[in-house]
Amino acid sequence: MSLRHPIARARGLGSAKDGVSHWWRQRLSAIFLVPLTLWLLWWLGAFALADPQLARERLAQPLDALLMIAFVLVAAWHAQLGLQVIVEDYVHRRGLEYALQIALRAVFFLVAAVGVLAVLRIALTA
Amino acid sequence: MPQFRLPKNSRIVPGKDHPAPSAAKRTRTFRIYRWNPDEGGQPRMDRYTVDLESCGPMVLDALIKIKNEIDPTLTFRRSCREGICGSCAMNIDGTNTLACTKAIDDCRSKEIPIYPLPHLPVIKDLVPDLTHFYAQYASIRPWIRTQSAPPPDRERLQSKEDRAKLDGLYECILCACCSTSCPSYWWNGDRYLGPAILLQAYRWIVDSRDEDTGARLDELEDPFRLYRCHTIMNCARTCPKGLNPAQAIAEIKKLLVQRRGT
Repeated sequence: MSLRHPIARARGLGSAKDGVSHWWRQRLSAIFLVPLTLWLLWWLGAFALADPQLARERLAQPLDALLMIAFVLVAAWHAQLGLQVIVEDYVHRRGLEYALQIALRAVFFLVAAVGVLAVLRIALTA
Repeated sequence: MPQFRLPKNSRIVPGKDHPAPSAAKRTRTFRIYRWNPDEGGQPRMDRYTVDLESCGPMVLDALIKIKNEIDPTLTFRRSCREGICGSCAMNIDGTNTLACTKAIDDCRSKEIPIYPLPHLPVIKDLVPDLTHFYAQYASIRPWIRTQSAPPPDRERLQSKEDRAKLDGLYECILCACCSTSCPSYWWNGDRYLGPAILLQAYRWIVDSRDEDTGARLDELEDPFRLYRCHTIMNCARTCPKGLNPAQAIAEIKKLLVQRRGT
């Protein structure tokens, strides 16, 4: 049995005075993803699934390349923010949690970088 | 990591059977969680079959009848028997609710299961330990906080419009049904304040007579205290008073965005 008063446990380390920026960024990225995902689905249906060569040619267009890069960046950003929350929710071993949070950022940085490079390569060499 | 399987000493085993009196014509069976710290061992589910002809209409009536006539060792909290004290909150027929306002006829299960509120330490039978829940309530300092001196000749007044903002909030009886139905509170209840306490916090934030809104928001702005709410909505679905804590939490989040700008 703990000799600590229950109020001490409830108050814990106090407020982090943080959280609203993460929450807002998650909503903002979700809002951006709605039109970008609709555009991507249309783009995939119209070009990528119909004719891969046509898709390469389209990706060389500045607007298509720009929207594709925007989708890759925002999707990676949103996924990192969401998975961060899941790790905070479920992983309570401090060392493992920090390791996972660092790994998540590295993985999604790589995903975004590879995606952007792939689009640029096609766009600039087509 | 969260535990998805109960520890061995918490796994429930079948218990004793208390059949209905032979003369009973209209009966209903209750399966009730039993655990006594003095006996130790694993918790068990006892079956009690009650004669409804001599029982009141609510689940609390059946529990009192069981305690009075069948098994005096059954332990549960109750007081007002009219849904205003929150003492008899428990998990009945799969939902957290008040035994005194839950009609036996509204229960769908053939044998009505009754457990203590989920994911809290059990003191005995249907009595959970709410110490941390009450400490969290105290931590938000749930009373009016002012800078200005009160009027010398009367109480602090409030317009009818401002008073109406407290509707849907002041009715909360702190029964803990909502908080203990919330998966975020199950996994992170040590730091997450939970729907009941956040609704109470918003009750003071939105009170026109309170003058400490900024400090209240400061205390809540935390990834765990507030932002563990993922709008699962179990709180609103289970509240026996028909309140919507999730909406109160959303209002707090909106105020936090409003004060920092986008």
